[in-house]
Amino acid sequence: MSAGLTAPVPMKARTSRLSAVIREMLSRPSGCIGLFLVIANVALALFSPFFAPFDFKAMNANAILAPPDSTHWLGTDQLGRDILTRTILGGRQAILVTAIATPLAVAWGGLLGIYLGLAGGRLDDILMRVVDAFLALPWILKMLLMIVTFGTGIGVLVPTLAFFYGIPVIRIARAATQNIVARDFVLAARARGHSRVSIMRRELFGNVLDALMVEGAMRWSWMLLAFTSLSFLGFGVSPPTPDWGLMIADSRNFMAIAPWQAFAPVIALSSLIIGINLTADALAKALGIDRAQTAVH
Amino acid sequence: MLRIFIRRLLLGIATVAIVSGIIFAAVEALPGDACTAILQRDASGERLSNCRRELGLDRPAVTRYVEWASGAVRGDLGISAHNNKPIASLVGDRLKNTLLLAGCSLALGIPLALFLGVLTGLRRDRFSDLALSTIAIFAMTIPEFVTATVLIFVFSIWLGWVPGIVTASASAPLSAFFPGIALPVLVLTMVMTAHIMRTVRSSVIDVMSSDYVQMATLKGVPYWQIVFRHALPNALLPAINVIALTVGWLLGGVVVVEKVFNYPGLGHYMIDSISDRDLPVVQAIALIVAAAYVGVNLAADLLAMAFNPRLRTLKARSP
Repeated sequence: MSAGLTAPVPMKARTSRLSAVIREMLSRPSGCIGLFLVIANVALALFSPFFAPFDFKAMNANAILAPPDSTHWLGTDQLGRDILTRTILGGRQAILVTAIATPLAVAWGGLLGIYLGLAGGRLDDILMRVVDAFLALPWILKMLLMIVTFGTGIGVLVPTLAFFYGIPVIRIARAATQNIVARDFVLAARARGHSRVSIMRRELFGNVLDALMVEGAMRWSWMLLAFTSLSFLGFGVSPPTPDWGLMIADSRNFMAIAPWQAFAPVIALSSLIIGINLTADALAKALGIDRAQTAVH
Repeated sequence: MLRIFIRRLLLGIATVAIVSGIIFAAVEALPGDACTAILQRDASGERLSNCRRELGLDRPAVTRYVEWASGAVRGDLGISAHNNKPIASLVGDRLKNTLLLAGCSLALGIPLALFLGVLTGLRRDRFSDLALSTIAIFAMTIPEFVTATVLIFVFSIWLGWVPGIVTASASAPLSAFFPGIALPVLVLTMVMTAHIMRTVRSSVIDVMSSDYVQMATLKGVPYWQIVFRHALPNALLPAINVIALTVGWLLGGVVVVEKVFNYPGLGHYMIDSISDRDLPVVQAIALIVAAAYVGVNLAADLLAMAFNPRLRTLKARSP
């Protein structure tokens, strides 16, 4: 992150930097594989309803826990439903919810963090105590309390995830801002009498954005972990909607006789999460950010 | 030093106090209360209001919060709405089991993580580093239930070495949890090792490229002496704080692992209590976990200060 990159970058420079970052990411094998896995999973989530071979809730009494064959390429589950169909559809809920919640979390956490880093003072002290308090609660407890109170629909999960996963972003944005506010160009802006909002917009955003983008990729991966774990525990997506977490939970009861049931959703979910992390890693390296300090969940 | 210690302690207590407020408010916002949980379908009219009067639930929330918080300070966590037993003893058994699980994972994970972190840091960007660092990313980001499912398949169904779930009850003696504890410990160790290792790696890399290490190299100090005498004491300091964060995560984040392996620990109990709407228990567990998290991090901060004089100023604050 170079100090020269203050905010009013002309549009052309900005796009060329974006393409430079993407080229840099693609120059590493991890970035290539990561981007491929993410794009493939998202594309599958978007378009799978158009080519799913079976109806995801169609049960077939003649093919219960059937091993993979030429009709059911990945076998069937305990109700005789096609596992290939359910696997390619099984990421839709998770990806939809987390893809909306991640930008929301980064936006509100980032804005508040930048403001607190710039303003400091009493408000900063108090709010950071509250942030610490929230971070001291395990994520699953926070999520479960919200779900028990408000239910499990997308309308609840998106704001809940966006809220809780935005809290660690406050810290990241605040720390990144504090590294910058002491620099000459911010001092100069202050001396010129710019307002806080103007300093945030013109001097800070551009410089904190890199850190926030990497953090956003990480948040996405943690949110997927949270969402699928909740489904696995029975607090997320409700049957018969296909979902990777639910499918893995179902498969555990029949693992000794039908191990193929777990195979496909495990591979699918892992490929997405690994893809996101490889992408985040490549992004961090391309932007020159140390990613090792990111917090636990 | 004493002033900083007291300041940190007060900040820690303030954090726990805020957490307890958040927990109480959250549970307060849940539909239903202890009485609807006790009475189940009979929860209406006369019986409900009698029960509420009996348990003191008809009083204002602030009064009840003060009463709950002051009870918790004295070790009285209230009565379970599910079976009318004191929560302290119910939670005590589970806490003991979770501590066993966490203790085994830490005993395995910390030395392993330090070793791997130093190894990967010293061999930066070589094959062993790239391989181990990639595995670490996978270990920490793939959901625990996925790892657990794969491990159960491999080790208990395919190879048949260890049982796939724990069958011991919550109050069983600790020895009853072996060998069933092996797989949950393995899952937790993997995640934890990955987190600690990554921090140690980056801090080893930082220190090894610092001026004083270069100076020592130029001076002709043997490589291993530089590593052990000059670099590692500084490089391992940040590990203290990450280990503390990980311990906090272990105490609460084991929820999924305990549920997957049917392990009768605190996290499993919390999920069951949420399903049963046993709100006093939920409150108590949340408070214990939060207090443990804050306590461990406080201890880590103080330990880090003891080792690193640069942190011993009032300006230096927890990151």
